This record gives sequence, structure tokens and C-alpha cells, in this order.
Amino acid sequence: MDTTILGLPLIYYAAMILKVLVVFVFVLLTVAYATYAERKIIGHMQVRLGPMRTGWHGLLQPIADGVKLFFKEEIVPAQASKFTFLIAPLIALIPAFISFAVIPFGDTVELFGYKIPLQIASVYDTQAGRVLDLNVGVLYILAMASLGVYGIVLAGWSSNNKYSLLGGLRSSAQMISYELAAGLAIVSVFMLSESLSLQKIVADQSNFFSWSGTWYAFKQPLAFILFFICSLAEINRTPFDLPEAESELVSGFCTEYSSMKYAMFFMAEYANMVTVCAVTVTLFLGGWHGPLHPVLNFIVKVYFLIFVCMWIRATYPRYRYDQLMRLGWKVFLPLTLLNIVVTGIVIAAFS
Amino acid sequence: MLGAYLPIIVLVIVAALFGLVSVVMSSIIGQKKPSPVKLQPYECGCEPVGSARERFSIKFYLIAMLFILFDIECVFLYPWAVLYKRLGLFGLAEMGLFIVILFVGYIYVWKKGALEWE
Repeated sequence: MDTTILGLPLIYYAAMILKVLVVFVFVLLTVAYATYAERKIIGHMQVRLGPMRTGWHGLLQPIADGVKLFFKEEIVPAQASKFTFLIAPLIALIPAFISFAVIPFGDTVELFGYKIPLQIASVYDTQAGRVLDLNVGVLYILAMASLGVYGIVLAGWSSNNKYSLLGGLRSSAQMISYELAAGLAIVSVFMLSESLSLQKIVADQSNFFSWSGTWYAFKQPLAFILFFICSLAEINRTPFDLPEAESELVSGFCTEYSSMKYAMFFMAEYANMVTVCAVTVTLFLGGWHGPLHPVLNFIVKVYFLIFVCMWIRATYPRYRYDQLMRLGWKVFLPLTLLNIVVTGIVIAAFS
Repeated sequence: MLGAYLPIIVLVIVAALFGLVSVVMSSIIGQKKPSPVKLQPYECGCEPVGSARERFSIKFYLIAMLFILFDIECVFLYPWAVLYKRLGLFGLAEMGLFIVILFVGYIYVWKKGALEWE
């Protein structure tokens, strides 16, 4: 393997394409079965059975839903801004899927004598003998999370429907408010990790049983809780699903959407949930470190957090909009700033 | 560094292709029976009154402006947080001052009622 393209060996390209495809298909399947799991779990929490008809215990339900949406009629309202209306679902979907690029989901594996780190956006530097990944990995995730707002606000505006517009506006205001709090909540983690690279942050949490190497969730419990709640709000999950509040806004920003374009928003929502859970696991819950196989550790932790999201949905009623904004701006924002200051003082006192 | 950034572009292309292909395929396969009533904006079965492109609450602009202010603060905090242990007490004092000044602005915004929703 001496041939190189742009200074990288051929096996790097093969591994890259393999990693991209495997992760993409994995996230897609997780998204599909998260919809099934959600209906099933909430069903059982409400003493119902959930989907039962398609396949054994409704296991084929996501496929049936997908096929159904695929063959549905596509309606573009007469007064809608056509191009924006068509492009908005894609703008919502793509950032939801590509945030996964910087998340390390396993240790380095060796293939034909070439070391491959299990993280899409990374390469093994043979001269330095370590994994090189995006040194701004967290910023990349935050940037992608903010891009998702565009899809929603454009969808709401272009539909030329009052419910859609209100849903889109509410959603964008909510998302930017909580994005702020989420962004500030994780600052205290970087004060400890001294890096924005997710490889480094995961490496810092390699030893669960010692204080220096334990999970950041124990060192920064407030940041962990704030980040998780703010992320739920940012991706419009219950109890913060105001943009889709069906009792007041029909279906919010996606009222006018049908067929596969509606499915795009639906998938984007669940993909965002998977991403947020993966980010939380990486930043706070030790990433892929744990007792099992690295990849398995990661998947178990992510699935557990997804279950927690569904559990929260079954447990809590929806917030009112003024309560939501008050919580974000008047409670979470000062708390995150306080957490940063306290962390700063504690680090200064112990060094 | 190319090795770390190239896969992101590949993933963007894969995600975009997936989205495009499924939207285009479904618009080809799906039935099309448009009618004037079906293409109206949905308003719970009533005749839509006027356009949806109307003026909306100033609150949303306020939130957007405040977001930009605080997000810039957030951007300043990131490099500081990464270098914090190396900056030592100097870093603490500097950023403490920065956060205090920002907090004064925050309290002003709060007292002015920009964070209230009625």
C-alpha cells in the first residue's frame, strides 16, 4: 500500500467510505427503530400495547410507515414559496445526520497494518503515533445544531400558513435560546479537558474509578443536567415540543408538509435526538469507555439516553411558552454562568 | 489535517443524496390529484383569511438580538476555557471581570422586561 492520494494511503479512503456508510446506515436504522421504540415504550407506560399488527409485535412498523409515506401524495400549497418549501426539509435533515462525523464511537482498530480510529472525521498520525481528529469538534457540533434552525424557520415561513409561521417562529426563538444555554453549559467541561477535540475529551474519561479519569458527569453534574435538558429543548423534544404543540398549532412548522418531505422533518427530529444523546455520552458519560467492547459500550449508553428521552416524554406535561422562555433565559442562563465561575474558582484554588 | 476534514464532506454528500433521492423518488411515485381546495393553506377547514405573511410580535426580534449578544460572549468563553489552566489567576480575573460586565447587561435586560412573555 504505497500509493497515496493527497498524501493519504488508499486504505484511508476505503476505511473512510466504509465508516461513513456504516455510521449513516446505523443512524438511519436507529432513527427508524427509535420511532417504533417510542410508540412501544410510551404504549406500555400508558398500559397500552403500541403497534402490534405489522410483523411480530409490530416490529415492521417503521418500514410500513416509511413505505406509506413514500407513496403518499405530495402537496405544495398554492401560495407557498416553492423553492424554499422544497429545500427546507433537506436543510433540516442534513445537519441532523452530519453532526455524527466528529463523535468517536470506539477505540482504534488495526486493518492490514494500518490503524483506523473509529471516528469518521479522524486519521491516525503514524509519525506522532496518535489519533488526529477535528480540534474544533465541539464547535462543529454546535454549528450543525444551529443550522437545523434554518430548516424549521424556512419551512414555517415558506408554507404561507399562519400555524406554520407561528410554529416556525416559536421554534427558532426556543432553539436559539436553549442553544445559548447548552453552549454555555459545556464551557466548564473544556476548562477541565483543555481541548475541544472529542478524542481528548473521551480519553480524559478513560478510568471510571479514579477521580482524575472519571466521567465528566461526576465532575460537572450541574453542567451535565443543564446540557441534557437544554439539548432536549433545542431539538424540540417533549416537554419542550412547543413548535409542534398540536393542541394549539395543529402541527406547527410542518402543518403543510406531506409525503416524504414530512418524513424528512420526522427523521431529522429523531436523528437530532440520537445525535444529542451521542454528544452527551461523549462529553459526560465516558464515551466508548466501559466494561464491554468499546463500540458496544457506546451504543448501550446512547440507547439508554434515548430511552430516558422517551421516559421523559411519557412522564412530563408540556411547558407553556412563557414558562419555557423564562426557564431558558432566567434560570438556565445564570446557572450556566455561575457554574463557569465556580469551576474557575475551584480550579484556581486547587492548582 | 485533510484526513480529518475530508470525511465530513463525504458524509454531507451521502446525507444530501439520501435526502434528495428519497424526496424526488416519492414525488415521482406518489399520486398527484391537486385541486384548488386541497392547495389552500390549512386553517382547520375554514376559508383562509388574508396572507400569513403578516407582522408578528416584536418579542422574537428581541430574543434574536439578545441571542447574538450572548452567543458572542459564549464564543469568547470557548478559547478562554481551553486555555484556562495555563492562564492561571490572570485568566480568572480577566474572565471574572468580563462575566461581571456581561451580568450587569443581563440584569439590565431582565429589569427592562425584555425576557417577559405575556
